[in-house]
Amino acid sequence: MSDTLVPEGTMIGRRLERREDERLLTGHGGYLDDLDLPDALAAAFLRSPHAHAKIRSFDATEALALPGVIAVYSGADLMEIQKPLAPKVQHPQLRDYPRLPMPPVELHYVGEPLAVVVAESRYIAEDALELIEVDFEVLPAVASTAVALQENGPLAHSGDESNVAVLLTQSAGDAAKALAEAPNVLSEEFFVMRGGGHSMETRGVAARFEAATGQVTIWDTTQAPHYARQQLSVIYEMAEDDIRVIAPADVGGGFGPKAQFYGEEVVIPWVAMKLGRAVKWVEDRQENMVTSMMERSQTHRVDVAFDDNGLLLAVKDVIEHDQGAYCAGLQVPSITTSTVPGPYHVPNIAIELRACYTNMVPTSSVRGAGRPQAVFVMERMIDRIAEHLGLDPADVRRRNLIQADEFPYKVGIMFRDGSPLTYDSGNFPALLEGTLERIGYDEARERQAELRAEGRYVGIGLSVYIEGCGLGPYEGAKIRLTNKGRILVTLAAAGQGQGYETVYAQIAADGIGLDMDFIEVKTGDTSRIPFGQGTFASRITATCGPAVMDAAKQMRERLLDTAAVLLGCDASEVDFVGDKACLGGDLEKSVSLQQLAQTANIGKHGITMPRGIKAGIETSSYFSPERAAYASGAHAALVEVDPETGEIEILKYVIGHDCGNVINPLLVDGQVLGGFAHGIGNAMYEEPVYDVEGQPQATSYLDYALVSATEVPAVELFHIQTPSPLNPLGVKGAGEGGTIPAPATIANAVEDALRPLRARVTRAPITPARIVDAIHRAESTSADQD
Amino acid sequence: MKPGRFTYHSPRSLDEALATLQVYGDDAKVLAGGQSLMPMLNFRLARFEHLVDVNRVGAEYAEPTFGDTRITIPLLVRQRRVERSAEAAAALPVLTEALQQVAHPQIRNRGTICGSLAHADPAAELPSVLSVLDATFTIASSRGVREVPAEEFFLFHLTTSLEPDELLLQVSVPRPPANQFSAFREFATRRGDFALAGVAAVCEVDAAGVVTACRIAAAGVAPTPHRLTDVEALVTGASLHEDLWPDVEAAARAQVDPTGDIHASAEYRSRLTGVLVKRALADIRGKLEATRA
Amino acid sequence: MRDHATEFPTRTQDETHTVGCTVNGREYEAVVDPRMTLADFLREKLRLTGTHLGCEHGVCGACTVIVDGAATRSCLMLAVQADGAEVETVEGLAEDGELAPLQQAFKRNHALQCGFCTPGFLMSVTAALREESVTDEEQAREVLSGNICRCTGYTGLVKSVLEVAQGKESQGKDTEA
Repeated sequence: MSDTLVPEGTMIGRRLERREDERLLTGHGGYLDDLDLPDALAAAFLRSPHAHAKIRSFDATEALALPGVIAVYSGADLMEIQKPLAPKVQHPQLRDYPRLPMPPVELHYVGEPLAVVVAESRYIAEDALELIEVDFEVLPAVASTAVALQENGPLAHSGDESNVAVLLTQSAGDAAKALAEAPNVLSEEFFVMRGGGHSMETRGVAARFEAATGQVTIWDTTQAPHYARQQLSVIYEMAEDDIRVIAPADVGGGFGPKAQFYGEEVVIPWVAMKLGRAVKWVEDRQENMVTSMMERSQTHRVDVAFDDNGLLLAVKDVIEHDQGAYCAGLQVPSITTSTVPGPYHVPNIAIELRACYTNMVPTSSVRGAGRPQAVFVMERMIDRIAEHLGLDPADVRRRNLIQADEFPYKVGIMFRDGSPLTYDSGNFPALLEGTLERIGYDEARERQAELRAEGRYVGIGLSVYIEGCGLGPYEGAKIRLTNKGRILVTLAAAGQGQGYETVYAQIAADGIGLDMDFIEVKTGDTSRIPFGQGTFASRITATCGPAVMDAAKQMRERLLDTAAVLLGCDASEVDFVGDKACLGGDLEKSVSLQQLAQTANIGKHGITMPRGIKAGIETSSYFSPERAAYASGAHAALVEVDPETGEIEILKYVIGHDCGNVINPLLVDGQVLGGFAHGIGNAMYEEPVYDVEGQPQATSYLDYALVSATEVPAVELFHIQTPSPLNPLGVKGAGEGGTIPAPATIANAVEDALRPLRARVTRAPITPARIVDAIHRAESTSADQD
Repeated sequence: MKPGRFTYHSPRSLDEALATLQVYGDDAKVLAGGQSLMPMLNFRLARFEHLVDVNRVGAEYAEPTFGDTRITIPLLVRQRRVERSAEAAAALPVLTEALQQVAHPQIRNRGTICGSLAHADPAAELPSVLSVLDATFTIASSRGVREVPAEEFFLFHLTTSLEPDELLLQVSVPRPPANQFSAFREFATRRGDFALAGVAAVCEVDAAGVVTACRIAAAGVAPTPHRLTDVEALVTGASLHEDLWPDVEAAARAQVDPTGDIHASAEYRSRLTGVLVKRALADIRGKLEATRA
Repeated sequence: MRDHATEFPTRTQDETHTVGCTVNGREYEAVVDPRMTLADFLREKLRLTGTHLGCEHGVCGACTVIVDGAATRSCLMLAVQADGAEVETVEGLAEDGELAPLQQAFKRNHALQCGFCTPGFLMSVTAALREESVTDEEQAREVLSGNICRCTGYTGLVKSVLEVAQGKESQGKDTEA
């Protein structure tokens, strides 16, 4: 994206390189495991080898005798902290099972922590794990939603009455009636597989207790330090001021799982306090594969009603959602329910959610958060409608899309933030048409026909999607003039590579009207700013951005007012030249930021403040959006499928993206393209398979396939910018849009390619083996019919 | 994911290495390139009292030799060394082709050819390739030296005929005749992954284009490199032509009995084997035609 | 062959070894447990924490360093095996505070986000470009394929490899510093 339209002197909208990069490129980043914590002990967790079991006995005698082992605690040894880790998003009808930090009695998934070893090194701690003896009573396990919902099937939690966590419905109009009366109805069942976040840096927690102040400092790779502090404050029964949670300046990726709160985050600081020693735990990849929360796994049974022109009349979708062993929050399934209608006019909607417990690692948000599944279902059905009516799938989309003049558009159901689902702005037809044009849609259709005649299978996949983002309740910023005469912007938000140090300096620079060089940004430390929510749901630009802008404007006023008093003029006559506030642009008549700090912030001990100067140049602002903003986009893929091997070659891929106004195009492109690679993983590769006993089967990167540069195709990316009316910057989220429609797009393209063979794609990821199996299934079905 | 404790031995000669194995063999593991062993140690999937690191037994074991009649690859030859060798590419193109598909350069820089063979992962590329190259495996111990062919070396999944006190000293193959053509085909989920199935094929072809000898082995579909003798019989005496492919495909499919796993069903692997055999033979035909053009 | 049995006293579990190696041109010597990996040695003994551990089983590539000229997974090598070796890590790429061309290209092309995988990519690509020329996108992707990045989608990485391979590091600046 070009920034030629950005006015001179304006930083917002500029394609700036990042300030973070230099340290990261030279090996001087400060990730959790890089921090200097002299004498820190290493922790390792003993984890359940069973999907469902009771602890009969626990014996750490041998482990404790191992030289270098400092302590071993089972869950039962730490009963004082065995309090529930509350679900992030609740519902009155949720049947919640307490998720304890380290359960003392019953364990509900493979990998659940049951004891912690603290030792001189991680090597020794792992030696000790092998010496702990636990006698388990193994219980029947639930390893799928299908088993969870079976009558008289096994129970994920012993003694429960059923595995259902919650049943929710969303409806608009009368879907049953519309389905009954419609000229055309199509039904299908889809399954979208689990997938993980797989940040390259795993989770980690380190903690040190300062007995002299009674304060504990916690370094945590969390996306939400204030959320962690709040949880800890309740569990430890400590004032929040005595708990300092720091998300290190460098966190190696988040993608959702690090926004959740885990037992290890409770246990490690507590153990550090008990021992009076610094303790560090860095999750290894083996642990990460089975204990970091996952997402996605849902079964959808969908019925769509439509008229003979392909106009949607009704959508009914019954969703089985795999909540995992506990409910870490209902955000994901509730987002799914509200994302199904997507960018289309759907007059009648009936969505039924059955979230159930299984004996697998709990699920929560992973980049996309409930949306990829909904888009998969809707976009697959749009293609099926086209197929059924012999229409072009692009035309069916055109006919059903909400038009650019229909905003704000009320869908008729509710969003997960508690407000009626209302799209704030967008231009879906422009996204679709721009994408079709760039993929060369009409030529591609012609080429497809030619190649089919040669026995080659080329397909085109399209998807249009919406993404609720920029969620509340609020995010904030503090801006202070430092004693050295520099501007310090402090955010509660913690970054994991999004470039906050750059982006928020850009916004503050525009708000203050000051060169970026004098502005520094700090993030993610609860001791620096009292309130915050965290980085999730593509929300920070749309919530923190306006807060920074507002605090920056206030800061400008404070700086200029103070300068005006010192210069003996009106504030309107003062502006910045470099780091000096000048009267009428005259450097001879100026005061520097340092002088302003000296006067208003440092002051002179015991001396009266100059008249008219307000002490303490510091501003703050918290922005609470009225409701979620809606980013949107369209994807198109041209693929060729080898029917013999099932190999999918992506020949061309186009993304049209609209996240409203853009602060830094370089970084927004990065978010979209990175999200897209994650989406390709979900579409074609990533599968954390569990067997029927609830044993995870893909527990290394040999079995869990993350995409490399050879799997991700080049992308042609374009943007349109429909500003959001919901915040003064007109921005929306950009973090997940690349991911959300990719599985649907690839699935549509693959089924389109294989249409002559009648192979059906009803599941993500779409793997070579499943493609070939589907082709042969279709062959034998048609053979049966012949 | 830190290795458990072990006693580390770093013998400075072959004799010392064999002597160490003689003493500790039952509780020892040989460490060569370590690209399969180290992950197992890090995962604590395997545990050995003694690790015998053979990397310092002598630089002479790190270079392949290209003799008039045989090509020999001693125990410390890194995969990358052979992959980048023009001599190897000329003499054993099928080995070069296969090596390029073994994981990634960072792994091949350290991984050894003999180490991969001794590890005997049935999904790995090298065992099937060395099988069709009619390799001789030279095994040494303090008790002496013995030689076995591939079919006696590979016994089962991750299991070879190496005794605890033995070391795979070298693998050698006869220098192929000028009329030998070869191909390696595999299909993996991602670049560098273990293959869902793989096929190594060599054919000797006479002036009339008739195959006079043929060896074909499949990887990833059986506990050891799986010689497709039925396909070999079909192809031997025939000329490589498209008309042959359906029979080849069917014969290959019929001769494998793979197991399904989380990555692919058994049926898919059988079908894939057939497809890969067909494509490998088509590659050979292509190479044959290229030389005659 | 001689019988060596008596020459090998049973070694104690707590045996340690001295490792002497050159890292980024500087000589180091340290006493290590034989099971310590090269990655942990660099990070913990030498406090060169730019080398990161992402998977500890050789797939993600974050720990890639250059050992005697060859890109190597430092999680799959023991520190004792590096005795006498020349090791290069990410900390050695910039000279006198000036980013190397590849580092500059990464910055220019937004080839990093969280930065955790970045040192491994830099070392893999540095080694690869010394060995072979890269002329097209396919080769660039091949060179990158032994490392995993979860953030960027590889676009900026591919561009960086191509630019540096083609000696374009100082041209085509379409971004502002």
